[in-house]
Amino acid sequence: MSSLAIDKSGPTRKVRYGSMTRDRLWALRWSYFFLTIFAIFSLVPPIYMVITSLKSSAEIGAATNPWWVFHPTLSNYKELLGSNQFLRFFWNSAIVSIFVVTLTMLISVPAAFALSRMKFWGSATLATGVFLTYLIPDSLLFLPLFKMFAVIGDYTGIQLINKWYVLLFLYPTLTVPFCTWIMIGYFASIPKELDEAAIIDGASWFQTLTRIFIPVALPGIIAATIFAFTVSWAQFLYPLVFTTSTDQLVMPVGIITTLIKGDVFNWGQIMTGALLGAAPPLIIYAFLMDYYIAGLTAGATKG
Amino acid sequence: MAEVSLRKVVKRYDEVEAVRGIDLDIADQEFVVLVGPSGCGKSTTLRMIAGLEDITDGDITIGGDVVNDVPPKDRDIAMVFQNYALYPHMTVAENMSFGLRLKRYPKAEIKSRVTEAARMLDITDLIDRKPKQLSGGQRQRVAMGRAIVRNPKVFLFDEPLSNLDAKLRVQMRIEIKKVHQKVRTTTVYVTHDQVEAMTLADRVVVMNKGKIEQIGTPNDLYHSPATRFVAGFIGSPAMNFVPCRLEETAGALNVRVTDRLTFPLPPARAARYKNVPRSERLLLGIRPEHLTEASGHDGPGVEAFDTVLDVTEPMGMETLVYFTLEGAQFCGRVDPNAGAHDGVPFRMAVDLNNMHLLNEATGVVL
Repeated sequence: MSSLAIDKSGPTRKVRYGSMTRDRLWALRWSYFFLTIFAIFSLVPPIYMVITSLKSSAEIGAATNPWWVFHPTLSNYKELLGSNQFLRFFWNSAIVSIFVVTLTMLISVPAAFALSRMKFWGSATLATGVFLTYLIPDSLLFLPLFKMFAVIGDYTGIQLINKWYVLLFLYPTLTVPFCTWIMIGYFASIPKELDEAAIIDGASWFQTLTRIFIPVALPGIIAATIFAFTVSWAQFLYPLVFTTSTDQLVMPVGIITTLIKGDVFNWGQIMTGALLGAAPPLIIYAFLMDYYIAGLTAGATKG
Repeated sequence: MAEVSLRKVVKRYDEVEAVRGIDLDIADQEFVVLVGPSGCGKSTTLRMIAGLEDITDGDITIGGDVVNDVPPKDRDIAMVFQNYALYPHMTVAENMSFGLRLKRYPKAEIKSRVTEAARMLDITDLIDRKPKQLSGGQRQRVAMGRAIVRNPKVFLFDEPLSNLDAKLRVQMRIEIKKVHQKVRTTTVYVTHDQVEAMTLADRVVVMNKGKIEQIGTPNDLYHSPATRFVAGFIGSPAMNFVPCRLEETAGALNVRVTDRLTFPLPPARAARYKNVPRSERLLLGIRPEHLTEASGHDGPGVEAFDTVLDVTEPMGMETLVYFTLEGAQFCGRVDPNAGAHDGVPFRMAVDLNNMHLLNEATGVVL
């Protein structure tokens, strides 16, 4: 008797993948396709900035390949970082941003807590109103605001226009409504039993906010902080309108007003300044992102 | 420790009256369970005792003091929530000690109380963990621990076991009972699960549509329900109801269920119902355990009849049988070896010594 033949080749029918697998595969391919396009789209400008910042003015003006540095130089960086004026812009930006972020969080976190948790008469309307104020663009607001500060100056003699600290009053009009709105949403996701438990445990409203809500909502607070920082660091219109003396300027306006002289654009330094200006938000994002992801609220209730 | 009483307590939300005038006295150290279907006002009642909801009318007293306008933190109560409501950023020990720390208790005292409560609840090993590292049952223990360390006048439980799976629920039920035996704190416990209510309570308060239907010990409610709602709500499977009327033949009182089916009442029942008008439309209420297989030598008051089984459910220790009489579905409990199968003719026996007679219109048990 012949030995038993064992078919080692496996089933002859061609194995088909389930439609789920195929769908997933195509979904992945498309997402990589679009992600690549978006990555190129958003990375090309900063790469171009880096390339240009490493060139001398002569090389920028020469008719060479703009995407390659033939004679790399750090002279743009040396000049900017050695310039008191540029450091002044940087310093002004930093001070304004830190103050604005602090002020914003001091206002919007308690405001959001009150609007989302203490159900008082008109709280819902007020919450919507807060958001609506954010929808008014700054390009509409700057004229009445300017007039307002001018009138205040005329009547009280307190001259705020053309002082860097006028921005401390202006930026919160943009940051407070939005951050309050973010925090209302975040606080609303905290189950109400958590504050009820705290109240029964003997916590006052303020203790509930500081000991329960702020720690639990930390990821939301960090998101709001990042937003407030980005807005105040990158704001252009208000400082352009309200500050004119070079010692009062913040970086975005400072770079434009001092490095463009008439129709002469100092491209190398402009790009360097923009890159150096983009560094602080980048660093902050890099650090806080980890924290942002780590601090999620799992475990508070059922789930 | 303290007694709690509610006097004509009303809760109204705009148009809706959630709680419609409740009177309830809870003795010191008593374990009272509020039970009822969803929307019956039981949770609202508990939250009013806690002070989380204002009362529209009436008075609530804890330990003799009217607390209508006293904020929750000054009522000296502790509450356990359905979703545990643990503080997610704190460890188990911090969760449990939060209330004591707010009240600035000495550190040594806090530590000893937390240790003691953790030991009682068997969570000593978990004391340094965060809530998200705990299972559902462990989280519920921590929530109870948080209540115990405060040593309050009253414990309030708001459906604490509803998020747990069936097995764990039984286990935690026993834990809660053990804890109450040890600390003897006055407890108000809300649940929609009548088994939980029966097993835990010294007294059960059955609520329906914002009102109290009946207050009594678990056995009282089971054996002497006051209304159709209580009779149908307490007990699983539920009590069977079928329309019937009383009739008198040759001086003996009978209950007529159908044209062909009539049962003579045992003497004790006949004496009890002798004044019920014969024309009254009535409901006969029989618990499933009083509908069993006929044994041939049934005692007095036990009447046999023939039926055809629709569905049988073998439960192991017993078999539940379902059959239809006069359009009403009945559930009975028979011995697993009695030969009950789907669709077979079967001889059942009804124990009329344990029957209930209800007024069909008012739902009152006669």
